[in-house]
Amino acid sequence: MSRGGRLRWVVLGVLGLYFLLPLVAMAEFSTRGTAGHRSLHAWKAIGADPDLIQAIVVSLELAVLTAVLMLVLLLPTMTWVNLRLPHLRRVIEFVCLLPLTIPAIVIVVGIAPIYAWVTYLVGDSPLTLTFVYVIIVLPYAYRALDAGLTAMDLGTLTEAARGLGASWWTVIWRIVVPNVRGAILSAALVSVAMVLGEFTISSLLDFQTIQVEINLLGKRDADISIAVSLAALLFAFVLLFALAFAGRRRREAVDDR
Amino acid sequence: MTAETGVSVRMEDLRRVYGRTRALDGLTLDLAPGELVALLGPSGCGKTTALRALGGLERLDAGRVLVDGADVTDTPASRRDMGMVFQAYSLFPNMTARDNVAFGLRLRHVPAARRRTRADDLLDLVGLAPQAAQYPHQLSGGQQQRVAIARALAVEPRVLLLDEPLSALDAKVRAQLRDEIRRIQVEVGITTLFVTHDQEEALALADRVGVMNTGRLEQIGAPADVYARPATAFVADFVGLTNRVPGVAAGGTATVLGTEVPLIDGSDTGDVAVLVRPEALDVAADPEGGARVVAASFLGAVGRVQVRMPDDGLLIAQVPSGAVAGLAPGAPVRVTARAVPALAVAR
Repeated sequence: MSRGGRLRWVVLGVLGLYFLLPLVAMAEFSTRGTAGHRSLHAWKAIGADPDLIQAIVVSLELAVLTAVLMLVLLLPTMTWVNLRLPHLRRVIEFVCLLPLTIPAIVIVVGIAPIYAWVTYLVGDSPLTLTFVYVIIVLPYAYRALDAGLTAMDLGTLTEAARGLGASWWTVIWRIVVPNVRGAILSAALVSVAMVLGEFTISSLLDFQTIQVEINLLGKRDADISIAVSLAALLFAFVLLFALAFAGRRRREAVDDR
Repeated sequence: MTAETGVSVRMEDLRRVYGRTRALDGLTLDLAPGELVALLGPSGCGKTTALRALGGLERLDAGRVLVDGADVTDTPASRRDMGMVFQAYSLFPNMTARDNVAFGLRLRHVPAARRRTRADDLLDLVGLAPQAAQYPHQLSGGQQQRVAIARALAVEPRVLLLDEPLSALDAKVRAQLRDEIRRIQVEVGITTLFVTHDQEEALALADRVGVMNTGRLEQIGAPADVYARPATAFVADFVGLTNRVPGVAAGGTATVLGTEVPLIDGSDTGDVAVLVRPEALDVAADPEGGARVVAASFLGAVGRVQVRMPDDGLLIAQVPSGAVAGLAPGAPVRVTARAVPALAVAR
């Protein structure tokens, strides 16, 4: 093996350990029993805690709603801007990247009075967090969708479809969406991962999401809290692999046909 | 496939300005039913803008577009009923060749079985029936453009718009597909506007060629007329090769290299530059001729010779390919003009 090859493996090994060690430590801690035995009581307790289950369900619902609302807002907007208002691209990019530069605590301070109105008008369901979550996932989702849209010849394909009689809705649904499927999956995945990991905003706005519940549990039952954290991380990993695998399978299927 | 009846098209006084550039500056163009008109011109002359305006993809500042007598100026592209083929490959990457061709029919709610039959018929028409199930990335550039033509024709459009569909292809495929486009257009009988910067393509394909410059139509006519009787110096320069040979004009003719050449515009008098095609010049070896060969090249069917004249001017002449061998660089020659009509411009 060449020197460069060895160095590559060393870097990969160090990075792997860096990411893996905390996970192994979490697994070890969450399965500690009494008298040096291994026990799965913390993992079994996850299903027995109704508050925790409720928080997990809320977070999953929020993840799905955020991804869907983000796509419904962003994809047509970006398509339209790319096609018809290219001079506004920089403005849209700036607006979408703005949440990246504002700390979550500042967003909460600014948004708390607005949520008083949201609660008054829509109700106090934790699912109203979707609105603020769509804002915080914007920078990442924008980047993913932008990469997909610029990789395809959007202008020509759209004009070809329009010339054949397609409405704008048909253009987006039949031409844009299938050709930026990978970018949509990436944007959705990053949104789901961010929502499942978000703590500051939900905690300060006093909504019970999975991260808030993990924090509470950490003060009461540290081993259950760690088990839930690890489960959430593993869920995100599985989701990531599933989406990546689905994307590749689809591409290979297309190549084979 | 039965021939469809073409419609007439009229573009009337079209105007479009981008900033300080006049892309269309009062363009008026008529297409007869079933006619193929090629718009020819250099980059930025407005030819693509004209085609896009006809297709509804470009907003106009002024002017009208009439199809079959009806004003469609404000009709959106999706309702103009025109088939378009673009310079860039425009097949939908997520669909097979057959699905691409059937796309427009699907939008018109044509039943699946009829869609498939029509798509297969059209793929057969463009010679790609065996590739029906392939995706665009599995097809060559020429094949993709043929599918694009089939897709444009599938919806039985009233007008076919071809925006430099051959320019991304290599020379051999381009020549092949050019002939095929003409065959299909004649077979289907559809009114067609073809935009290109390639004069050979325009002259070979079109019933009439329109030469555009700075947003205006300089000349429109049958290919042979535009070539043989250019209306302006721009047309003479842009369509084919042209020599500017000094001459003296009087009474509708000009004396050029000792020959009386009839002038296209007989009103010129005095010292002029006559625009003479290379094939209207003869070159013969002559020690007393006063001119010398600079270079001679063999082009297959014909040969081309560059000659330095006694006044230091450089002329290009076309000669039979068999004569090239006898015209070595430096050889003394005599150049004479043939008495074919030519355009005179101020010297």
